[in-house]
Amino acid sequence: MSRQDALVTADWAEENLDAPGVVFVEVDEDTTAYDGGHIPGAVKLDWKTELQDPVRRDFVDKAGFEELLSSKGISNDDTVVLYGGNNNWFAAYAYWYFKLYGHSDVKLLDGGRKKWELDGRKLDAAVPERKNTDYKAQEQDLSIRAFRDEVVNAIGSKNLVDVRSPDEFSGKLLAPAHLPQEQAQRGGHIPGALNVPWSKAANEDGTFKSDEELRELYGTEGLDSSRSTIAYCRIGERSSHTWFALHELLGESDVKNYDGSWTEYGSLVGVPVETGDGKS
Amino acid sequence: MCGSPDQNADLPAGTDLSKESVLVGKVTNSGSPVGGAFVRLLDSTGEFTAEVVSSATGDYRFFAAPGSWTVRALSRSGNGQTDVSVGGPGLYTTEVPVG
Repeated sequence: MSRQDALVTADWAEENLDAPGVVFVEVDEDTTAYDGGHIPGAVKLDWKTELQDPVRRDFVDKAGFEELLSSKGISNDDTVVLYGGNNNWFAAYAYWYFKLYGHSDVKLLDGGRKKWELDGRKLDAAVPERKNTDYKAQEQDLSIRAFRDEVVNAIGSKNLVDVRSPDEFSGKLLAPAHLPQEQAQRGGHIPGALNVPWSKAANEDGTFKSDEELRELYGTEGLDSSRSTIAYCRIGERSSHTWFALHELLGESDVKNYDGSWTEYGSLVGVPVETGDGKS
Repeated sequence: MCGSPDQNADLPAGTDLSKESVLVGKVTNSGSPVGGAFVRLLDSTGEFTAEVVSSATGDYRFFAAPGSWTVRALSRSGNGQTDVSVGGPGLYTTEVPVG
């Protein structure tokens, strides 16, 4: 995996809006953003109501994902180009999710909605009509998904990368600073975790930093490339962004995203929690 | 221009201004509100903390811990930033001119 396989530029996207076999998919935190205007021809995916099981805290199962993509008119051999707001957080999450279910050709639009809008590129409110398909997913690729027991066992042996903001890492805040602080779980981080906020991997316009800058960043922060890595955040979306940088752009071999993240870990009974900036 | 709680602010239910510090304000260009700007909250070292999109009326809102912050806006009509010092709980209103 490398940058040209995983990432497309806004220029490429604009030139390929009508290309056969290319489907643009918008995934947003603000799920109404799509309705006001989106990349022409793009379909909408709701990360919450469509990608999450409505009852249990988990993803829709394989059959559910097949049904979802079939209803969106996405075929197994389509090139899926994901993009969204909020610096592609949820688009990166969807990218990881598509990989989890084995979609072979999925890409992320570098800079997402932000760069597209700042560039003044065209947005369109028309919802495209796509014929239903018969999409077939694969079993989840658990080599890229970490669960809680594995995370607890990884303390002291694997790289744990906490990609939340420093105030969330230290325990001062329980959620990003633009969200109400309503959570009741403990604040802090997994002992020994490195705090490399996801945003350090991105430029101001939402595009990813260069491979050289990314390598220097994670090297300086103490990521040991000879070890496996688990990335986490609060609910697993920002850590998908970092998973993308490490696994898809830099080609690190064993990198997992812990989608339970702090909302799970910080509520577990009996597990170790560390507070402070982690540097002392 | 900051520190005194504004009872008219449109805050989410449950926001307790006696405990939380909330940064609000408008992104403006020559005095007119700029909607759809990307508003970034940067910490005292210039590191990114959070980002929101300004509303049609140019408004943004962040919850932040006490400290020194920079509110930086990116928009099609230009970029700009304003520093805010948060001393404790309350509502901090800051305009961010761009252009």
